[in-house]
Amino acid sequence: MVQRLKEVDVVVIGVGMVGSIVAKELAAAGYTVVGLERGPARFTVPQFQSPAVHDELRFSVRKALMQDSTRETVTFRNLDSQVALPIRRWESFLPGTGLGGSMVHWNGQTYRFQANDFKLATGTRERYGRNFLDPEVTIQDWGVTYDDLEPHYDRFEYLLGTSGKAGNIKSRIQAGGDPHESPRSREYPTPPQKELFQGALFRKAATSLGYHAFPQPSSNLSQPYTNPEGMKLNTCVFCGFCERHACEHYAKSAPQTIILPVLLANPNFELRTGCQVQRINLDSTKKRATGVTYIDAVGREYEQPASLVITSAFALNNVRMLLLSGIGAPYDPATGQGVVGRNYSYQTISSVAAFFDEDVVINPFMASGASGTVINDFAGDNFDHSGLGFIGGAYIGAVNPHGRPILYHPTPPGTPAWGKGWKQAVVKHYNHTVMLSIHGSSVTQRQNHLDLDPTYRDAWGQPLLRMTFDFPRNDLKMAVHVTAKAAEIGKAMGAKQVAANPRKGPYTITQYQSTHNTGGAVMGDSPKNSVVNRYLQSWDVPNVFVIGASAYPQNASWNPTGTLGALTYWAIDALTNKYLKNPGQLVPA
Amino acid sequence: MDKVTRRSFVAAVGAATAVPAAALLSPAAHAAGRPGTETTYLFFNAAEALFIEAACERLIPADESGPGALGAGVPNYLDKQLGGAWGAGERLYRSGPWQPGTPTQGYQLPFTPAELFHVSLQAVNRDLAAHGMLFNEMPGEAQDEYLKSLESGARDLDGVPSAVFFDMLLKMSVEGFFSDPVYGGNRNMAAWRMIGFPGAYADYFEAVDRRGMRFEREPMSLAEDGHGHVRMREDIPASL
Repeated sequence: MVQRLKEVDVVVIGVGMVGSIVAKELAAAGYTVVGLERGPARFTVPQFQSPAVHDELRFSVRKALMQDSTRETVTFRNLDSQVALPIRRWESFLPGTGLGGSMVHWNGQTYRFQANDFKLATGTRERYGRNFLDPEVTIQDWGVTYDDLEPHYDRFEYLLGTSGKAGNIKSRIQAGGDPHESPRSREYPTPPQKELFQGALFRKAATSLGYHAFPQPSSNLSQPYTNPEGMKLNTCVFCGFCERHACEHYAKSAPQTIILPVLLANPNFELRTGCQVQRINLDSTKKRATGVTYIDAVGREYEQPASLVITSAFALNNVRMLLLSGIGAPYDPATGQGVVGRNYSYQTISSVAAFFDEDVVINPFMASGASGTVINDFAGDNFDHSGLGFIGGAYIGAVNPHGRPILYHPTPPGTPAWGKGWKQAVVKHYNHTVMLSIHGSSVTQRQNHLDLDPTYRDAWGQPLLRMTFDFPRNDLKMAVHVTAKAAEIGKAMGAKQVAANPRKGPYTITQYQSTHNTGGAVMGDSPKNSVVNRYLQSWDVPNVFVIGASAYPQNASWNPTGTLGALTYWAIDALTNKYLKNPGQLVPA
Repeated sequence: MDKVTRRSFVAAVGAATAVPAAALLSPAAHAAGRPGTETTYLFFNAAEALFIEAACERLIPADESGPGALGAGVPNYLDKQLGGAWGAGERLYRSGPWQPGTPTQGYQLPFTPAELFHVSLQAVNRDLAAHGMLFNEMPGEAQDEYLKSLESGARDLDGVPSAVFFDMLLKMSVEGFFSDPVYGGNRNMAAWRMIGFPGAYADYFEAVDRRGMRFEREPMSLAEDGHGHVRMREDIPASL
């Protein structure tokens, strides 16, 4: 028996970073908003408190804050010709669940993309010619520009209190910041975090090679900060239990510390946790959503009618929600027709381990999730790709965020995997190693896509999402090129041994790489090659907005959260100033 | 290695022998033998425990830097994890159909970790017995050779590829060695002392920019009170 509830103005699917921000703005504008969150409610006090939160086994290894894969997972294969099988335990990427979403256990790296990222297809054609790219590559422009997003990037960074150093304010280059960044309207809200020893070694080496080192923008705060919502954050103490864990100190920007208390105080908003949305309901024309159907924690089914539906779940779950609801034509890689599930992309992560003598004491356990020193000299299109045979790049940095020893005990190549030799190497190198991260872009290509699995189902009986993905040749070439540059920096840092690990194929779900799963419901300027328009509004069902990294037409060299925050405020601006005043399609198809 | 073998033998089968248990205790085990310090196995049976204790100590041996897996209580950690929610398939998607898949698709067996260990250990011990051997009585080099044969995937353990079992045994041994002592391994935080990890201490604002300083401090467990006493979590039946 499905119980039909009282209609509200807006229903929000997923109360993480995007859902909290959207709901807060729309509730403040006077609309009634219901937020449906599948996971539990949780707050800094009591859930995130010490000492329990500093438990590597429970949080880092067993992944206590992640989506429960006994009930809901993703199936995976490298190629269309293979049978996709369920990811039975999360390793490669770690989708979160629960109030606040994965921003509860993120690192806090808060980058902007560069202006040319938003015009990647046009820019590549103009700079390198029409035939430069592998024909399988399907990159496209975003339909939105950096200048459109700049005020929204700014607003998001000030919401978070991000600690950093500007490199370019209104086109004036600033000493100590990133000279490659696109112009920002003002300085970061708080100064950079203290520089780690590994960061200092990296900065000196990178500078000696002529590169431009700068402090990684971090939303683990360098000093106390009160954001425009009136929320107070504290100084990060570099506890080393940041990503995969929650912050006990109110020092990491997460919905709980930046906006949720304001949202929850608004009587126009109602939070319902433990609610698994099954689908967005459509009327008989299939052009209008009537609300959503969900099942609560004790198994009761409800229909929640609403005038506007916003899906603000994790990127993969946004795509799945559209497929389960029959919104938009599913993509078929054989014909290239359809759009939902098209242009799934990832992040191409490589590493370099720099092993030092025992008199160089690194203290890897003294770190915040986002403290670090990086260069953008080999990111994006900041270097000439002529003759290289690939586009894109990576930032390189000393950004290793922890020294938690179950997962972090680096050993040089050739060390046995166990026994006396392994143990001796672990003891010798633990405190004398710097890991450099090579955080690379990801192009889309024809075969990489998402759809519904024909066989495997979730605990509610719904098909799982199926991922078909392998690394594009373009990105593997990029990884080799940039990782070699990082290895040179490692040597210049004075390491006695440098081990370069450029990302290699095939893509495997057995090894952690990144939770930057992007695309599948991409934005653009035509319904032929995008799922949502430049305001993240569905082309097919105009009262559905799909806000997430699912909108990225391809992924850039940087962590995606800053850009997602900017897109969220950009979409809210369109909702409050355009759509809600006159509901309808904001961009003619 | 001899000491380990004898101690393990006593722990597992001492009660069934005619020799008084005290006469079999090695000096090391005897010195540490105050009540409550010996592992009480809740998951492993006696034969399984003999293999696990000896195998873990080959994976992480005692040396001049400090105790190995046995001294750190890794078998106790494995026992409690496998006997609890993790062993029963916590956070493991368990619906079929079952297919081997490609290496990039990860673990695809229907076994929970508990089932996987029981099935594998039974097959291992049967195989060794058929050759008239007990793992814990083999010389260290021979033990290593046998472990390498498991690691390489050369053996079929009643349906479990031996590499899958070995990989899980190694991963969980490393977990037990380096996890907080509340879980029953890393006794006395010995593994943390060995590498200089301060544990749950976790406040480095003043130290972080003193570049290259040696941070010398007693590590801290989750279960410690202000005086350094470790208080066990009652929901985790570990013995320290």
